[in-house]
Amino acid sequence: MAFPPEHEIHKRRLGRNVGVAVTLGLFILLVFALTVVKVTRGEPMQAFDHSVRPEMAEPEEGQ
Amino acid sequence: MAPVDRGLFPTGRMDKVMSDIRAYEQPGEAGFGDYVQLLKPRVMSLVVFTALVGLLVAPVGVHPVIAFASILFVALGAGASGALNMWWDADIDAVMRRTKGRPVPAGKVTAGEALAVGLGLSGIAVVMLGLAANWLSAGLLAFTIFFYAVVYSMWLKRSTPQNIVIGGAAGAFPPMIGWACATGTVSIESVLMFALIFMWTPPHFWALALFMKDDYSNAGVPMLTVTHGRRSTRNHILVYTILLAPVAVGAAFTSIGGPIYLAAAVALNAWFLVGAWRIWKRHEDAAEADNYAVEKSVFRFSLYYLFLHFGAFLAEAALKPYGMGGW
Repeated sequence: MAFPPEHEIHKRRLGRNVGVAVTLGLFILLVFALTVVKVTRGEPMQAFDHSVRPEMAEPEEGQ
Repeated sequence: MAPVDRGLFPTGRMDKVMSDIRAYEQPGEAGFGDYVQLLKPRVMSLVVFTALVGLLVAPVGVHPVIAFASILFVALGAGASGALNMWWDADIDAVMRRTKGRPVPAGKVTAGEALAVGLGLSGIAVVMLGLAANWLSAGLLAFTIFFYAVVYSMWLKRSTPQNIVIGGAAGAFPPMIGWACATGTVSIESVLMFALIFMWTPPHFWALALFMKDDYSNAGVPMLTVTHGRRSTRNHILVYTILLAPVAVGAAFTSIGGPIYLAAAVALNAWFLVGAWRIWKRHEDAAEADNYAVEKSVFRFSLYYLFLHFGAFLAEAALKPYGMGGW
């Protein structure tokens, strides 16, 4: 026996699935927006990985 | 005609399968809104407001996208701690009139789901706040969640009548987190915003406890009204309101205060003190006779009290660019 297609439980499940999908979509958009802001503001994009990289060194006084 | 056994569902099992389906049809399957209710959206609104004020009154400008994301993750962390609270307190929530409609005691969401939602969202909120703003604010958020879920919900709430006093710290952290998002530091201004909410919480909740008396005693929560009596609770409300006033007015003389805030703080604290005085001098018979009218009005006023103080901070910050806010 199948559920009637318009059963209330289907509506609730659909609402839950749509809610999760919209939330995930908004989260992706937010992470993208944060990335754009951080990259365009020139924040450091290289992390310390135990190798010498002169471009990451702080300039000394008077230079 | 005898039912046909098609192998998949032997006749005896069919009844069981049908009863399982019927059980599944009961209003037990949660909708999206039930999970949102786990996050205590009304508490979140206060968290969002105070954290936003903390962020906006800070002397360091924050990019709007980073500010939006930071406040969102602070709110998410607060919501996660609410879900953890509902997981732990499901037994007493079911007893109290005010809370028995919550998703776990109402049977819409299982306690295990509440725990999973709480832990999952806590992790997301803390890590994302660290990446979006800085790791000091993320650390403060993690501590706030820990404080609310473990120190308050699991430990203090059921063990001491001072639960509200110490547990109130959890609700006091959001403006400090907002400030830390902008500045990366903790300073006297953010400590005073913390102290304002911290000192406000006991008289606010004890006013509520005076007229929700059956709820807390039925649930066995050691509220001051139950353990020390209602006379003692009235005394405590007055003492804490007196201690609150210098904290609230003192914030006027820091970099986030100004004449508007000072005027608002003096008026609101005078009003709150009068309310606390009226609660203090009342006898229980008089309170019962008018169905706790004074206690209810002071409780309602205490909500406006906090919103208006933070609104005044915001007004000072908003007027600064025009040469009017601040000293």
